[in-house]
Amino acid sequence: MDYAAIASIFCAAFAVSFGAIGPALAEGRAVAAAMDAIARQPDAANTISRTLFVGLAMIETTAIYCLVIALLLLFANPLLA
Amino acid sequence: MNSPLDSTVLFQIGPVQITQAIVTTWAIMAILVIGAFLLTRRLDLRPTRRQAALELMVTTLDTQITETTGAAPAPYRGFIGTLFLFILVANWSSLVPGIDPPTAQLETDAALAVLVFLSVIWFGIRAGGVGGWLKTFAAPNPVMIPLNILQSLTRVFSMFVRLFGNVMSGVFVIGIVASLAGLLVPIPLMALDLLTGLVQAYIFAVLAMVFITSAVEDGAPNSAKTDLTLKKKDT
Repeated sequence: MDYAAIASIFCAAFAVSFGAIGPALAEGRAVAAAMDAIARQPDAANTISRTLFVGLAMIETTAIYCLVIALLLLFANPLLA
Repeated sequence: MNSPLDSTVLFQIGPVQITQAIVTTWAIMAILVIGAFLLTRRLDLRPTRRQAALELMVTTLDTQITETTGAAPAPYRGFIGTLFLFILVANWSSLVPGIDPPTAQLETDAALAVLVFLSVIWFGIRAGGVGGWLKTFAAPNPVMIPLNILQSLTRVFSMFVRLFGNVMSGVFVIGIVASLAGLLVPIPLMALDLLTGLVQAYIFAVLAMVFITSAVEDGAPNSAKTDLTLKKKDT
């Protein structure tokens, strides 16, 4: 196994692990803020939770990007072909 | 383990390779079209149970469109509703044993995103004419033209990667867990996958709607005024 393969495996793992930290913190903050908002104003729970879901999926996308990059490195690596 | 970026070729018609995703897509399309045709054949003022269920779906869709964008739902109902229902059925088609959801393949998601891209142009031109649509690119001031063009491309790209990544990662994780732990272990993950599929279909539809209405509102002349009067009437 040459250096490019080893490096790409390491980079894939790093991409997923460090790419998950930011979205995890951000989702925690978003959910906490939404809980706060629902507790203050239970009438608006529907709107808040809908917006929360859309926002969460947006935040999650950054982690998904990292996952896609990792999978590209592992399965469709242009350097190894 | 198979790469999630590859697709399995089932058979070939001439030079065209027919993959599993294409067959599933056409099956879902046939189910949706035939189902909609059969269910709406006999509509009545006094709704039967089936008609009531259908009406519930359409009304929910309409309220979602109005609540997220404030636009009248009629011109967008067909496109957004079809997009939502197709992605939802495609995401949930993984429940049928032996079927991979077509949205877990790059091609299907890319095609859906291209549809959204084209429909943004179509609705934008229909609302404000070609001139009005071109003017939206110079929206705050002409310095923003390259950024606006870039944005209209990247947001479509991010929609496509988002849907692909979410659905594909679900399928991939279930595959890994099933190969490591055994037959019944990934069931909670599959339940989570149902939720993800629903949320992703909803988000895809909502984002398409937001992009379309932003193109329409920016392009239409005097749109801000009419919006304000409408909102005043509502409240």
